[in-house]
Amino acid sequence: MTTYAAERPLQPAWRGLIGFNMFTALALGAGGWFLGAWIGGQIAVGNDYLIATDQNDVGILMGYLFGLIGWLGGLGFFNYPVSRLLGRPATVREKESGGAARYFTLCTDHKVVGIQYFFGVGIFFFIGGLNAMLMRTELLRPVERAWPAGQYLSLMSLHGTMMIMMTSAFILGPFGNYFVPLMIGARRMAFPRIEALTFWLVPPAGLILLSAIAFGGIPTGWTGYAPLGTEGRSGMDAYIFAFMLIGLSLTLTGINLLTTILTMRAPGLTWTRLPIFVWGVLSTSILMALAAPVLIAALLMELMDRAANTSFYLTSSGGSPYLYENLFWFFGHPEVYILALPGFGIVLEILPVFARKPLWGYKLAVAGMLGVTFLSFMVWQHHLFVSGMNSGLRPFYMLTTELISIPTGFIFLNAMGTLWHGRIRFTVPMLFALAFFFNFLIGGLSGIFLSDVPSDVTTHGSYFVMAHFHYTIMGGLVFAFFAAVYYWLPKMTGVVLNERLGKIHFWLMFVFFNLTFFPLFAAGFLDMPRRVSTYAPSLQTLNDFVSASAFVLGSSMLIFIANLIYSLVFARIPAAENPWASRGLEWQVPTPVPLENFERIPIVNSGPYEYGVEGAPPTATLGPVAVPAAGS
Amino acid sequence: MTIPHTEVGPARVPRHWLRMVVIWAVLSAVAIPLIVLVLGPHLPPGRMTSEAGSQRDANTLMTALLAPIVVSVLVFFLYSIVAFRERGAAIVDGPPLRGHVPMQTAWVLFTSVIVVALAAWGSYTLIVSSHGAGGGQGPDPVAVPSHRSQDLVVQVIGQQWNWTYRFPAYQDVETDHLELPNHSPIEFHVTSLDVTHSFWAYQLGVKADAVPGVDNVAFVHTRDDGNFNIRCAELCGLWHGHMFQTGNVVTPVAFKSWISSEQKAEAPNLRYLPPFGRTYFPAPFRRAG
Repeated sequence: MTTYAAERPLQPAWRGLIGFNMFTALALGAGGWFLGAWIGGQIAVGNDYLIATDQNDVGILMGYLFGLIGWLGGLGFFNYPVSRLLGRPATVREKESGGAARYFTLCTDHKVVGIQYFFGVGIFFFIGGLNAMLMRTELLRPVERAWPAGQYLSLMSLHGTMMIMMTSAFILGPFGNYFVPLMIGARRMAFPRIEALTFWLVPPAGLILLSAIAFGGIPTGWTGYAPLGTEGRSGMDAYIFAFMLIGLSLTLTGINLLTTILTMRAPGLTWTRLPIFVWGVLSTSILMALAAPVLIAALLMELMDRAANTSFYLTSSGGSPYLYENLFWFFGHPEVYILALPGFGIVLEILPVFARKPLWGYKLAVAGMLGVTFLSFMVWQHHLFVSGMNSGLRPFYMLTTELISIPTGFIFLNAMGTLWHGRIRFTVPMLFALAFFFNFLIGGLSGIFLSDVPSDVTTHGSYFVMAHFHYTIMGGLVFAFFAAVYYWLPKMTGVVLNERLGKIHFWLMFVFFNLTFFPLFAAGFLDMPRRVSTYAPSLQTLNDFVSASAFVLGSSMLIFIANLIYSLVFARIPAAENPWASRGLEWQVPTPVPLENFERIPIVNSGPYEYGVEGAPPTATLGPVAVPAAGS
Repeated sequence: MTIPHTEVGPARVPRHWLRMVVIWAVLSAVAIPLIVLVLGPHLPPGRMTSEAGSQRDANTLMTALLAPIVVSVLVFFLYSIVAFRERGAAIVDGPPLRGHVPMQTAWVLFTSVIVVALAAWGSYTLIVSSHGAGGGQGPDPVAVPSHRSQDLVVQVIGQQWNWTYRFPAYQDVETDHLELPNHSPIEFHVTSLDVTHSFWAYQLGVKADAVPGVDNVAFVHTRDDGNFNIRCAELCGLWHGHMFQTGNVVTPVAFKSWISSEQKAEAPNLRYLPPFGRTYFPAPFRRAG
C-alpha cells in the first residue's frame, strides 16, 4: 500500500486509466460484443430458422455474453481465479484504498460497494424515471401524438423493466451492503468478492437493457410474457439477458447477506437485539436467494425458444404459455416483497430514533416480516385469476393473498405503538418514513380489491393495478429509500444534506405522488387498460391532470439531485458522528467509517432501541482503543 | 429524562383515546353512508349482468368496509404526530413502552377475522352465487350455472389485433361484432390464435384471458339492454390499446334478426374458415413486429 502511494505522483494522469477499472471494462466489453456477435453470426450461418426470422438472435446473445465476459475481465474479476490456478499467492482483499479511483474498480470494501450501488443504481433509476415522463407526455392526448404505438410500448417496457431491475436492489444494494456489517458489528461481508460482483453486474444489465432500443425495442412490458416475447424482435434478447444478469445479482446478494447475518454477528447481538432493518434485510435475502433463480430459469427457456428453436412456451409445438406465467410469477410475487420488505425495515428503524421510544412490539415486527416472507411464495396465482388455469384453486390463492395483509398489518401496529406518546421530531427522514405509511396504507388496501376474485375481474389488467403497485413500490419503497438516504447519507459521505431542500423535495414528492397516482385508481375503474398509448377520449381530462402532476413529481427528483450536488460538492458541511443521537451501532463508529469499521469486534450490550430506558447500557462496547486518534 | 412526562401521562391517556374514537366514529359515520349510497351506484362495472352486479357489490362492500379501517389508521397517525410533536431543539426521550400484549393479540385477531371473512365471502360469491363472477375459468369450469344446457355459446377469438366471435348454434358463423340477447345465460369460450390477450367486456363484468391452445370459459347472465365496451386487458403487442369494440345487448327478437343477417352475409366466407373447434392452431408460428 505504501509503495503504491509513493509511486502514484510520478505517473502522468492518463496512466490512471490503464489497469483493471471501469474504463478498461467498458472498452473490453464493447470489443467483446463485436467478437461475440461475429462468432454468433458464424454459428447462425445456414440455419434456416434463424434466416427465416429475419434476425440473428444467436449473434446478439453471443455479443452480450462476450461483452459481459470482457466487462468482468476488464474489471479484474478473473485475476484472482487465474492467479490461484497459476499457483501464485492470493490477495485476500482488493483495491480497498486508493482514493476516489476505487469507486471505479472492483473493490471488496462493503462501504465502497454501498456507495457504488447508490450512484450506479441511482443513475439507472433516473433514466427509468425519464421514460415515465415521456410516457406521460404521450398520454396527454387520447390518440398517439408524441410517441407512436411501437415506441410508446418500448418506452413503457423500458420504464417498467428498468425500475423493477434497479429498485430490487434499491435498498439492499446501497444500504444493505453499507450498513449491515456496521449494524451487526462485522468488519466485512461474508463473501466480499461476490459482493463486488453483485454490483458490477448491475451496470452491464442496465446498459444491455437500454441497448434494446437499437434492436427493435421490447413489446412485452416488464413481465415478458411468452408467446408475445417469443415473437418480439431482437430487443427482447436484451430484455432477457439483462434481466437474467439482475436475477444472478439478486441471488448472489441474497446469499451473501444471508450468510453475513447468520454467521457474522458480534458477540452479544442476540436475535432479539438485531436491528429491525437487519431483520428486513434477512427476510428479503431469503426471498432473493429462493425466488431469483426461478426467474433465471424462466428467462433461459424463453431465450432458448427464441434462439435455439425450442418450444417451452409455444402451444403450437407442445409448450404452454402458462408455464412461463407460473414460473415468472413464482419469482414475480416474492419479487414485490423483495421491494417492500426493506422498506418496512427502514421505516421501523427510523421511527424509534425520531419518536425517541423503543420499537413498539419488536417481536411482532419480526413475525410480520417473516410471515410475509413465508406467505409470499404461496400467492403467485393471484396474478392469473382470469387466465383460465387452475380455476378451482382460486379460493386458495384468494385466501393466502388476503392472509398476507395480516403480517403486513403488524408493521402498521408497530409504527402506531412507537409514535404513541413519543417525542416526535419532523426531520426529513422522519417525514419520508411517515409518508411511507400513508402511501402503503392506500397501496396495501387497494390490494385487497385485487385479491378478491369478483373484484379482480373488474380491475385486473387495468390502471387500477398500475396505481396499486405504484402506491406500494413508489409510495412504499422509494419513499423508504429517500428516508434512508436522508438518514444515513451523513454517515456514508461525511457531509450534511441541506435540510431546507430536503423538505421542499419531500413535500413536492409526497403531494404530487398522490395527485399522480390516486386518480389512476379511477382511470382503472373507468375501464382504462394498462400499457396503452391510446384511451377513451372521455378520460382525457383525468389523464392530463395525472400527466401534469407526474411532471411536477419528476421535477421533485431534480431538487433531490440539486441537493445532492450542492451538499456533496459545494457546501460540504461536515456531519457530526451521530447527528440524530441514534443508539444504532452504525452511528457509534467514527465518520468517515474506518477501513476495518471497528478497531476490535464490538461486544453488544443491549438492543438498539432502548430510548428512555433508565440505566440502559450503551448499545455496544467498542473497546478501549475505539477512539480514532489512537488508531491509524 | 422522562420524569416530567410520567406525571401527566396517566391523566391524559384516556382523553387521547376518547378524542380519537370520537373523530373516527364521526368520520366513519359520514363515510360509510356516502360510499354505499352515493359512490356505490357509480362503482364499476354496473349491473348489465348478474355477474357485473356481484362485482359492483364486491367493490361497494369492500370500499365501505375498508373506509373505517383507513380512517382509524389515519386518525391515529395524524393525531399522534400532532399531539406528540416535539418542537424543542433538545432531544428528549419518550416513555419506554415496548408493547402491549392484549392490544397486539386483539389486533391480530381482528385483522384475521376480517381477512378470513373477506376470503370466505369472496369464495362464496365466486363459486356459489355468481358462477365464477364473470372471470375466465379455463376449459373445465368449477362454478357452473345449473341451466348450462340453455346457454348461448359464444366463442371469442382474439388475434393481433381484433376480436371475432363464432356462434356454434348458428352454423358456426363468425362475426366481427358482438350482439347478445337480453335476460339470457351466455357462455363465452375465449381463445387466441397467436399471443395471450384478455377479453374484457367491461359492463358485462367479463374478463377472460385468450390464451393460444386454451378454451377459457366464462359465464354471464345478461339483464337489460345496453351497450358495452370490449377491450383487451393483456398486453398483446403493437395495437393492444386499439383492440376496442362496442357490443350491444338487445331483445331476443333483435338478436335473432341480427344473427340471421350475419349468417346471410358471412355465408360465402364460411367455407374458408376452419371447422369449429375449442382451440385453433394456425401454423406456422412466425414472428412479427
